[in-house]
Amino acid sequence: MADTATEAPVIDALSLVPKSDAKQTMKDFKTDQEVRWCPGCGDYAVLAAVQGFMPSLGLAKENVVFVSGIGCSSRFPYYMNTYGMHSIHGRAPAIATGLAASRRDLSVWVVTGDGDALSIGGNHLIHALRRNVNLKILLFNNRIYGLTKGQYSPTSEVGKITKSTPMGSLDAPFNPVSLAIGAEASFVARTVDSDRKHLTEVLRQAAAHPGTALVEIYQNCNIFNDGAFEVLKDKQQAEEAVIRLEHGEQIRFGIDGAKGVVRDTQTGDLKIVDVTEENQSQILVHDAHSASPTTAFALSRLADPDTLHHTPIGVLRSVDRPVYDTEMSEQLDAAVEQKGKGDLGALLAGNDTWTVVG
Amino acid sequence: MTTSAIGEQRGAGKEVKRLDRVIIRFAGDSGDGMQLTGDRFTSETASFGNDLSTLPNFPAEIRAPAGTLPGVSSFQLHFADHDILTPGDAPNVLVAMNPAALKANLPDVPRGAEIIVNTDEFTKRALSKVGYEASPLDDGSLDGYSVHPVPLGTLTVEALKEFGLSRKDADRSKNMFALGLLSWMYHRPTEGTENFLRTKFAKKPDIAEANIAAFRAGWNFGETTEDFAVSYEVAPASKAFPPGTYRSISGNLALSYGLIAAGKQADLPLFLGSYPITPASDILHELSKHKNFGVRTFQAEDEIAGIGAALGAAFGGSLGVTTTSGPGIALKAETVGLAVSLELPLLVIDIQRGGPSTGLPTKTEQADLLQAMFGRNGEAPVPVIAPSTPADCFTAALDAARIALTYRTPVLLLSDGYLANGSEPWRVPETDELPDLRVQFATQPNHELEDGTETFWPYKRDPETLARPWAIPGTPGLEHRIGGIEKADGSGNISYDPANHEFMVRTRQAKIDGIEVPDIEVDDPDGDASLLVLGWGSTYGPITAAVRRIRGAGEKVAQAHLRHINPFPANLGEVLKRYDKVVIPEMNLGQLATLIRAKYLVDAQSYTQVRGLPFKAEQLATALKEAIDNG
Repeated sequence: MADTATEAPVIDALSLVPKSDAKQTMKDFKTDQEVRWCPGCGDYAVLAAVQGFMPSLGLAKENVVFVSGIGCSSRFPYYMNTYGMHSIHGRAPAIATGLAASRRDLSVWVVTGDGDALSIGGNHLIHALRRNVNLKILLFNNRIYGLTKGQYSPTSEVGKITKSTPMGSLDAPFNPVSLAIGAEASFVARTVDSDRKHLTEVLRQAAAHPGTALVEIYQNCNIFNDGAFEVLKDKQQAEEAVIRLEHGEQIRFGIDGAKGVVRDTQTGDLKIVDVTEENQSQILVHDAHSASPTTAFALSRLADPDTLHHTPIGVLRSVDRPVYDTEMSEQLDAAVEQKGKGDLGALLAGNDTWTVVG
Repeated sequence: MTTSAIGEQRGAGKEVKRLDRVIIRFAGDSGDGMQLTGDRFTSETASFGNDLSTLPNFPAEIRAPAGTLPGVSSFQLHFADHDILTPGDAPNVLVAMNPAALKANLPDVPRGAEIIVNTDEFTKRALSKVGYEASPLDDGSLDGYSVHPVPLGTLTVEALKEFGLSRKDADRSKNMFALGLLSWMYHRPTEGTENFLRTKFAKKPDIAEANIAAFRAGWNFGETTEDFAVSYEVAPASKAFPPGTYRSISGNLALSYGLIAAGKQADLPLFLGSYPITPASDILHELSKHKNFGVRTFQAEDEIAGIGAALGAAFGGSLGVTTTSGPGIALKAETVGLAVSLELPLLVIDIQRGGPSTGLPTKTEQADLLQAMFGRNGEAPVPVIAPSTPADCFTAALDAARIALTYRTPVLLLSDGYLANGSEPWRVPETDELPDLRVQFATQPNHELEDGTETFWPYKRDPETLARPWAIPGTPGLEHRIGGIEKADGSGNISYDPANHEFMVRTRQAKIDGIEVPDIEVDDPDGDASLLVLGWGSTYGPITAAVRRIRGAGEKVAQAHLRHINPFPANLGEVLKRYDKVVIPEMNLGQLATLIRAKYLVDAQSYTQVRGLPFKAEQLATALKEAIDNG
């Protein structure tokens, strides 16, 4: 198996999806439905980015499907002029798994939020990631429950004062990127709603990835959690707060790249240093394709959950791993090869019959 | 010795009696291989051409502590030279592999029956473990039974000494010794079992041969020992069966085959999303073997993901199926509701077991009927269909698929533990007898907007069936979005309009109410019975057997059995009103009776039992007789 795995060409995630004959524009992916998010919601920016990026894939849009759960972001499919399903709370990854596993000619996207994916649907999310089904999961993280009007979410910082936690929330939040890496995800990225260019580039890489891709999108809820990611968006603060990861590049940030990430030789963990002549060569070079998830996980832990300082964005991890639906399909082919195409009459009769003569 | 030889050697001077039917129960520890022994005897009996019905009964624990009452596993088999309907009320023969098996099963065995006991296990320690102070073999408590004490373990070890197995390993073949003995007693063909053992242990030929040797030793023991003076013949039930090719089949196997056949007849790939649960897992196991039929089986992370994946596959144009038992149905409820709203075909299969909660995982019950009917939020009608015998599970699966595909709806199929594990002869259908289930996917726009543009409306219904079009991803021009939020009639766009919601709720109900189901047939030979016994699902066998009994005693009784519980057959109300009295036996506390009373305002009487076991024919006959006598 090891031999064939290394020799076989990587199957591009989209190779089985029919291509569009005509040139597409953003308009082709817009529906006639009125978009009903709150004015100023970060979801608009993500929708525009997705609609704007889709034509670049050149896929027949009838072969694109958006599946969502419940929550503000889960209205997304109604606004995409593709096939779509707005399902029930937390279950979109499971539903999309059945669709993707049975239809390899489709490009299947899951749109979910921090409550939908990490609370009620946590189980489906981690299992989709470990199975590596050909799904692209866009996790809109606004660190709050919006549609139910402002309760804390599983990504809210500890002590969050909300309607359901007047004295502050008690539970420690998930870091969705850490969680995904821990769940054996083959592709994990993080981006920000307001950075159209970065968002688009991450989406492009996710779309091309064979298997499950998880993209966490920091998204502002201007009604119930406004400014949650301001530190990453404000130009000045972002210099210090955001670590932009580029595969093959040194991990540096701050004004003129004055800061960098190095491995602490004592603990093996990562730490942030001021870059100097002496330590410049020790600054870590980002390797998204590393077989081991260890460094990607360590990078995901650099962010301070309260202040969001040192938040890495970009593709943290992108590795090739067997894809569930491909393997499932191969088993079907192998069964036909070994046993021949199913013969219903022979199956029903079995090997142990007797005959009653009239 | 050749395989056929042992079947022909029948000792001179041994008496052969003819019987019309026999009920045998094999009972032992859950590690004694009683289910395998029962299965093999069933196969022998099937290939001999008897009619038969079986009742496996085993604990939920895989290996309960050895020699204890909770660890007893049994397999009852009823076979006859005529057509029979149940696994039988009371065994004529009990094979008890240890004191626990004797103690647990003796209350069901009438005096006069034969009891074969494995005396090796009747040690002081084993006896005291189940509370016997003295051995029942010696204290006279088995007087009135025909007891055959046989040291099954010792004889097996002796027979296998040339194989060089450890005593412990050799002793494990004692179930085959017992099977050989019973096969001799009832003139069963032996070739099938020997072939079976060779195949089962193909990779361990020594073990195969040891088991065959034990099996033959058991046969020869019957032949030679004086304790077994009589053997019995039960002629093939040739008149009970219409001409055809037959096999023995269990309910779960028949259901699995029905699903594969449905996929084939619909020309759709079959997709099973399932999470292991007793007693439904065997369907997952079976379907996963048949990938060469294009069957995809997905063992999900939980019950919800199982049905979710099946629904996702259905959206993509597969025949989506999920299989489970009652606790799983509870977890799947929200997704069934979504399927009701999406109006996609989906098969939801519930192999009912004792409840509530974990209940009795390996035992049978019919207490999920109201859950199937109503266990969802909102008005979420779902067709409900129930097979009546193990083999009928095949036809029921095809029928459920027909309804799901024609009406674009989830369908609940209610089997149960008794049907799932029980087996009976089945006439293997020719594939050209199977129904045509092909569907037409939408390929064209179906609606013209005011400005003249052609568009696709996912909720524009077929005026006859009220089914909506099924347009699968990959179909150009029909891109559309569906979801669990209320949809505008026709366009399917989100709508909170009060009048539209009222219309959609009533339309979804009307669609299910309008499903075509055959009229219920009434068996009322002279047409003058005043009592109707009405059943559904797996009570068919015991009810029919009870009806035969009381008719045999000169009583009049009419019988009808429901395959379709939602919607009910159109003539059901009229049928109910024809009779002065209606009795409904169920393995719950009266769930069908509740539905019947509510819908038809008929004073139906419940007769119920929730023992985890099917009704006994005698018990039902007595209840029906009382109902007749009490006018």
